[in-house]
Amino acid sequence: MNIYLNGKATDIPDGLTISGLVAQRRLNPETIIVEHNYNLVKKEHWDGIVLKENDRVEILRFVEGG
Amino acid sequence: MEIGGRQITNRLFLGTGKFSSNRLIPEAVRAAGVQVVTVALRRVDMEFEQENIAAYIPEDCIMMPNTSGARNAQEAVRIARLARAAGCGNWVKIEVISDNRYLLPDNYETIKATEILAGEGFVVLPYMSPDLMVAKKLVEAGAAAVMPLGAPIGSNRGLKTRELVRILIDEIPLPIIVDAGLGRPSEAAEAMEMGAAAVLVNTAIATAGDPVAMARAFSLAVAAGRLAYLAGPGESVEYARASSPLTGFLRD
Amino acid sequence: MSFYEERKKYENFDFDGFFEQVTDADVRRAINRDRLTPLDYLTLLSPRAEVHLEEIAQKAHRLTVQHFGRVILLFTPIYVANYCTNQCLYCGFKATNRLERKKLTPAEVEEEARIIAATGLKHILLLTGESRSKSPVSYIRECVEILKKYFTSIGIEVYPLEEEEYRELVEAGVDGFCMYQEVYDEEVYARLHPAGPKRNYRYRLEAPERACRAGMRTVNIGALLGLHEWRTEAFFTGLHADYLQRAYPEVEISISPPRMRPELGGFEPPVKVTDRNLVQYILAFRLFMPRGGVTISSRERAELRDHLVRLGVTKMSAGSNTAVGGRSHPEAVGQFEISDGRSVAEMAAMIYSQGYQPVYKDWQMV
Repeated sequence: MNIYLNGKATDIPDGLTISGLVAQRRLNPETIIVEHNYNLVKKEHWDGIVLKENDRVEILRFVEGG
Repeated sequence: MEIGGRQITNRLFLGTGKFSSNRLIPEAVRAAGVQVVTVALRRVDMEFEQENIAAYIPEDCIMMPNTSGARNAQEAVRIARLARAAGCGNWVKIEVISDNRYLLPDNYETIKATEILAGEGFVVLPYMSPDLMVAKKLVEAGAAAVMPLGAPIGSNRGLKTRELVRILIDEIPLPIIVDAGLGRPSEAAEAMEMGAAAVLVNTAIATAGDPVAMARAFSLAVAAGRLAYLAGPGESVEYARASSPLTGFLRD
Repeated sequence: MSFYEERKKYENFDFDGFFEQVTDADVRRAINRDRLTPLDYLTLLSPRAEVHLEEIAQKAHRLTVQHFGRVILLFTPIYVANYCTNQCLYCGFKATNRLERKKLTPAEVEEEARIIAATGLKHILLLTGESRSKSPVSYIRECVEILKKYFTSIGIEVYPLEEEEYRELVEAGVDGFCMYQEVYDEEVYARLHPAGPKRNYRYRLEAPERACRAGMRTVNIGALLGLHEWRTEAFFTGLHADYLQRAYPEVEISISPPRMRPELGGFEPPVKVTDRNLVQYILAFRLFMPRGGVTISSRERAELRDHLVRLGVTKMSAGSNTAVGGRSHPEAVGQFEISDGRSVAEMAAMIYSQGYQPVYKDWQMV
């Protein structure tokens, strides 16, 4: 199944949740922000969202900046 | 100085970009006694493991996310909302740039973003090109401070906008924070002597030979400039006494 | 937020105590600052600053030339009515004074306008007494329609109006507003205005703000000097001008420092304001607001006015007459005595002789 992860077409297994995606990418849940189809998703809801074909997922984090 | 209900005593704000190692950030913060630091929000790079910047910022600091990367008001608003939702407090530095050559801010979009975010309860500090009418509109839009640039971002060229910034200091009833372009502590001191409420420095500190020492140098210069402003400089007579009196006719 | 609140901040300010503590060094520091704070301005208004008057004058002169050039704008007043519902203790036109009350007909306004226009003047200031019923906005508007044919700039000095009414007059062709608060001290104001609509201090104080919002191009304010301690009155006038200029940067703000003249009815001014005091006020204001206008009327003597050309003044009246229809009927009684009775041509000659240029028209709406 295809989704757009940070703007890039990405192939993921069917039935993957946001939590699953974060784990698969080895990201530290404490340091990231997830936007699903332009809506911010709080950490406690990551388990409940199963990704669908062509979903847009943005994973962001704070970085250094002036 | 109070901004957004927080008492700010150290008038040097620090940007966290361009340090050779993030480990230098907390050292610089401590050496300079900085209370406000800026960070940015970016997409996670899936290919490389990245450090978490928040881990390097002392907990008692105000972490102010900027909206860098935003090319218009809408994008800036989105970034600000995400940052707040991520638990980054409610301060935000609006930075809207669509000019990649000089990295100059888009004042018009900045006003729009300020209005929307101030309406949502953010403490909004807009970065702008110094312009009196724009600054007045930012006041109306609900900004908590106004941050005119001293010179283009990262240029280290100093307080090139001196005359325009001076006008903002005179006319705008909000703290004026000189952001961008200051390359040396003496330039920060000059801005503070003029009556700027604070300065935001990043490149000049981060890229110095010894960033920690430079952070301290900026902090001392900012404090000295502030003290001089409060002390009120002595008179400097700019012209000699003219010979023909204008008031000699008065006799009573 | 209006200037009313701004003024209130100084309600408990100890002016006498402040003046006592001013040192020569304070005065010199205030003189040499690029941008003066309100307290710097007050410092220059202090008795201590009097010994530095020449130094202040040199800077004021330099600033005026820098910002305005060597020019003096000339204008003249036209009194179209003297009906008044107020009882200002000091005024020759107050309601209880017995004098012939008059309001010019459109034909008479035109006659006066023609006589004035023949002198070359292009800026005119229209005055009515303060009577809303006898000189309603519709009447003012009617006069403006006539004056428009002869003059490029029309100012009004009438009773305070609503913002909407100012807007109506702006649309009709008025571009200038003039109103004197008379006294900024609220208690003294109440005492001097015992009856009539003018008792409403705040409504009058906020009239300039309404005029600014309504789109007036120039707004002139002032305190009538002699009614109360002149140093604080000068201070509040300057503060008011500065407030307006900050709040309405698109408007040209100016002040008048009118001194009480012997009026019809013989009111003795409680405070004496000398020439030296007047000059100190004008100079201090110039340093405080380098771009602010200063208007001097023909109340002042010719000799003094000649000297004031180089001391920060930007506008002067010429060929003035304070009587209703006074130009076509020279025997009519005026609001106060004119001291400088020179004609427009004589004023222009005097201004030229000092190396300045008299200006009759500094702009015109196209």
